[in-house]
Parts: sequence; C-alpha cells; structure tokens
Amino acid sequence: MDKNSVGIVETQYFTFAKSPNEMVLDSGDTLGPITLAYETYGELNENKSNAIYICHALSGDAHAAGYHQGDKKPGWWDIMIGPGKAFDTNKFFLICSNVIGGCSGSTGPSSINPKTKKPYALDFPAITIKDMVTAQKRLIDHLGIKKLFAVAGGSMGGQQAVKWTVQYPDFIRAAIVIATTTRHTAQQIALHVVGRQAIMSDPAWNNGNYYGKKTPEQGLALARMIGHISYMSDQSMGEKFGRKLRKKENVSYNFSTNFEVESYLRHQGDSFVQRFDANSYLYITRALDYFDLTKDGKLADAFTNVKSKFLLIAFTSDWLYPTYQAKEMVKALKINDIDVSYIEVDSSYGHDAFLIENEGQARLISNYLNRIQKESIDES
Amino acid sequence: MSPNKLRLDHKIISGWIAPNSRVLDLGCGDGELLAYLMENKSVRGTGIEINESHIYKCVEKGISVSHSDIDSGLPDYPSKSFNYVILNESLQEVLHPKMVVLEALRVGKKVIVGIPNFCHWPARVQLFFKGKVPVTKGLPHQWYDTPNLNFLSLKDFRNFCKNKKILIEKFKAISSDKIVTLRPNFFAHSGLFLLSKK
Repeated sequence: MDKNSVGIVETQYFTFAKSPNEMVLDSGDTLGPITLAYETYGELNENKSNAIYICHALSGDAHAAGYHQGDKKPGWWDIMIGPGKAFDTNKFFLICSNVIGGCSGSTGPSSINPKTKKPYALDFPAITIKDMVTAQKRLIDHLGIKKLFAVAGGSMGGQQAVKWTVQYPDFIRAAIVIATTTRHTAQQIALHVVGRQAIMSDPAWNNGNYYGKKTPEQGLALARMIGHISYMSDQSMGEKFGRKLRKKENVSYNFSTNFEVESYLRHQGDSFVQRFDANSYLYITRALDYFDLTKDGKLADAFTNVKSKFLLIAFTSDWLYPTYQAKEMVKALKINDIDVSYIEVDSSYGHDAFLIENEGQARLISNYLNRIQKESIDES
Repeated sequence: MSPNKLRLDHKIISGWIAPNSRVLDLGCGDGELLAYLMENKSVRGTGIEINESHIYKCVEKGISVSHSDIDSGLPDYPSKSFNYVILNESLQEVLHPKMVVLEALRVGKKVIVGIPNFCHWPARVQLFFKGKVPVTKGLPHQWYDTPNLNFLSLKDFRNFCKNKKILIEKFKAISSDKIVTLRPNFFAHSGLFLLSKK
C-alpha cells in the first residue's frame, strides 16, 4: 500500500424512508425503506464545510478509495482520492455512496422487498438520476452537512453531479463534471437497448426472477462487453490489442478465441457477472436513458437557478459522451452567467480516460479545488 | 506581480480597464493578463483559450477558462455580458476576424484589440528590398509555420473600424517596449485599440 492511500476502509450503511415515510420517486411510485451503502475518507471539519460528494458511474459502487480488508485492488477512483492526491483527504472529507437501484449494498432490485420478503426483481420501481440524488441528499442531511464544498463524478456520476446543482442549488459550492452529458442521445440510448436486450433474451433472466437460481450470466456478460467497447476508443483498442492473436501464431479459422481483444472482452464480461446484478443493470441504464435536463428542448432553462461553479472535463477520444455534449453544457451555463471552466483533455483512452491514471485531470481538479477553497475563504 | 514587470501592452490594457469590471480575454494564453487584472483591478475575469497546456496554467492561477477557439466560443455569450472584451495578439489568428470583432462588440460594451503591425518598417524593408515575406522580431514566424491567418497594418485596422462604424476611443502604438507616437504605421510593431460601437 502506498503512502498516498487512505488505507483500510469499511463500507457503512444508512437506512431511511421507513414506512410510512417512503420516498416518492420521479415516477410517482414510492420506495422504502432505502439503504445506502457509503464510504467516507478524510475528516469532516468542525463546521462541516469540507465535504465533497463523489458520484459513481454505471458499474461503480461506494468503494471509491482505499482497500477493503484482505483486498488486493483498491477502490475505483483510488488514483484520484487520498492524502496529497487530486481529492486530497488531508483537506477534504469525501463521501461516496452506491446509487439506489444498485447492487453493492444499496437498495435495488436484488434487495428484499419487505412486503413479499422476496427480492424485488421487477417489482422494484423505476428510478432516475434525480432519485439517486434525492437519496444522496438524505445521507448528507443524516451526516449533518448543510452545504457541500463540491460534488464530483464522471459519466453517470457526472450526471448526478449536474443534477445536484440543479436540484439543490443552494447546497453546492462547486461541481466537477467529467465525461458526461446533460441528456442521453439516441445513440446512447441505443447502446443501452442492446445491452438490456442481451440480458432479457437470456432464458435465465426469466422476467427478472432469477434470484436463488441460475442467473443470466451470459446476457449480462454480453451487455458488459458492448458497454466496454463504448468505453474505449479505436486508438486505445489499437494500442492495447491491435490484431494481436491470443496464444497463437496464426489465426485458427474457426470461432474459438483468436484475437487478444476477444479474450479481453470475454474476461471483462465474465468478471463483471461476479459482482453485478443483471436487473440493476437494466434499472440503472434505464435511469440514464431517462436523463434529460432540457426544458422544452432548452438546456439553458435548466440552469436558471443554479448557483454553483463548474469545472467541466471532456476527453477528445470519448465517443460515448462526445465533447460536443460538454460544450452544449458550457454554453448553457454561460447564458446563465454561471462561472465555468471547460477543458477538452487530449487523450486516446476514450470514455474510460477519467478512470485511468491521468496527470492532467488530477492537476486540474486539485488546482480547481484550491481555487474554490481560496474563494470560499475570501467570501467568509 | 508588480506593475513594473508587466509587459507594456498589458500595462496599457490594464490602464484602460475600470476596476471591478467584467472582462473576457479571447485567447488568454496562460492567463497572465487576466490574473494581473483580477488581482490589481478586482475584475471578474474569464478567458477562452485553444492551447490545452495553457488551460492547465489558467486553472492553476484560479482563472475560469474555456477550451475553445475564439471563432466558435464567442457566440456562447449573451449580449453585453462583459464591460471589456480583450483580443490581444489573437485577432490575426482567427478564421473570421470581421465576425469576431463584431461579436466581441456585441458581447462586450468595450473591446480592446491588440494587433501586430504587418507594415512595421523592418517588414517593409524585407518585402521591398529583399523580396521576402517578412520575418522580424514582431513577426517571428516563417510563412510555412505561422499561427497568423490575417495580415494587417494599423492603418488597415483603422479603415476597418471606419467602414464598420466602430469608434476608436483610444489608441496606443508600441515598438520594443516603447510607446510610438510618430507615424505608428511605420514605426510601431504593434498597436492597441479601445473600441466601442458608435
């Protein structure tokens, strides 16, 4: 373990929305009780003004940094979170929770429905990015935090970060929004449709009722493989695999694994099914599809009440969330006279760039947080 | 930074800007001028910059900056959202200079333009006697390796303003860190204009 690690961490749990105070969802349905799995890193200061909420992406969880006892791999954004890192735990108190609808400790379709004492499966109500954020706000209230220093995230995490600023405008000093969009386009929805179809056409899916039985592993693995292609770029795949063959001198003229890239995708699919619930994949991708901040087609109108400052980061080779979508958001923020910094980082890693060791991103975030800290001191 | 160490063009620009203004710097580079104006004139500043490595330096200085070329970044701003829009040493590099100046005048109440003078005397000498496209201290680039797209003199810019009914409120010409008052279109390597709409 390096000296810049937050060390051994433990997941904590917060349960709310108990009967009869269930949470009313975007869809009008109610859900409760709700448990959020969350982790925190660093110390909350005396006036509780140094909290940063980290929002995870589609397949992420509450374990953003440090190590769980006995684990060899750290949390999913360990490169960015720790003492002296971009999100410096010597200065800030970081919170990361698993989204509702998820399958890593928070209430989702694989959780037990208190009414039936069985897993919810498809009885779980549809959820949206707004619902995820509403639940996160409940956790913040529970922790006694009156204002977040910042909210940050990439991809789906970025969508939650933006939603935070819109939903709780007085609550956020700054938002760090990475590799994301303000609304899902037809292409983004289309990729999710194929992923969901892969799961739902697996006979083991069984209309979502597979808990305690054979799970739709093949469908979920396929969905993950499709997803993974969209997270990389032509260039990063070329550099990583090219046309390299897998343990072969020549192609074998059959449908066994010939190429390295085949083996890689299979591995990604197979390891994903060990840790992810197929129904959660359906619900969360649906939440992403529903995400649209525009009002009557106008994005600028979404930000009229927003008070936070923004750092937007996009990556040149990201074709899942192309940079034009970030630029649209920059424009909408400028129309509303909102302080925004925008950078298009030159990277060949595609959408996944924000999760990969990335000196530029780390520098930007750490300098930006320093600035916001300085400005908050000047204000007070 | 003390005002003494300030580049002469930055010193002139800073002198033209009223304290507590809102300033947009188009092609703000590493943010040197904006940082100075924010510290010494308490302006609320922001910039547009195309060079990625410069963006990191701007963010490091605590400046809000957008990664974009000037031509496509300028239309993002609502009308009259700034007291001053600065186009210092960037107009010669934009694709549509006419549109950029007019857009800058829409977005800002006043516009400060700083341009290199392509008719500075050493350039004229090279062109006339050597038959070469000039490469001088003020115009250091070879024709095959230059960011400059538009070649204009101080006189050309004055004529442009006249044609477009743009008021030149103030003007200063510079050569080698000195103010030039005598025949600037011949003796100055660059000029600064404070513009507003008539």
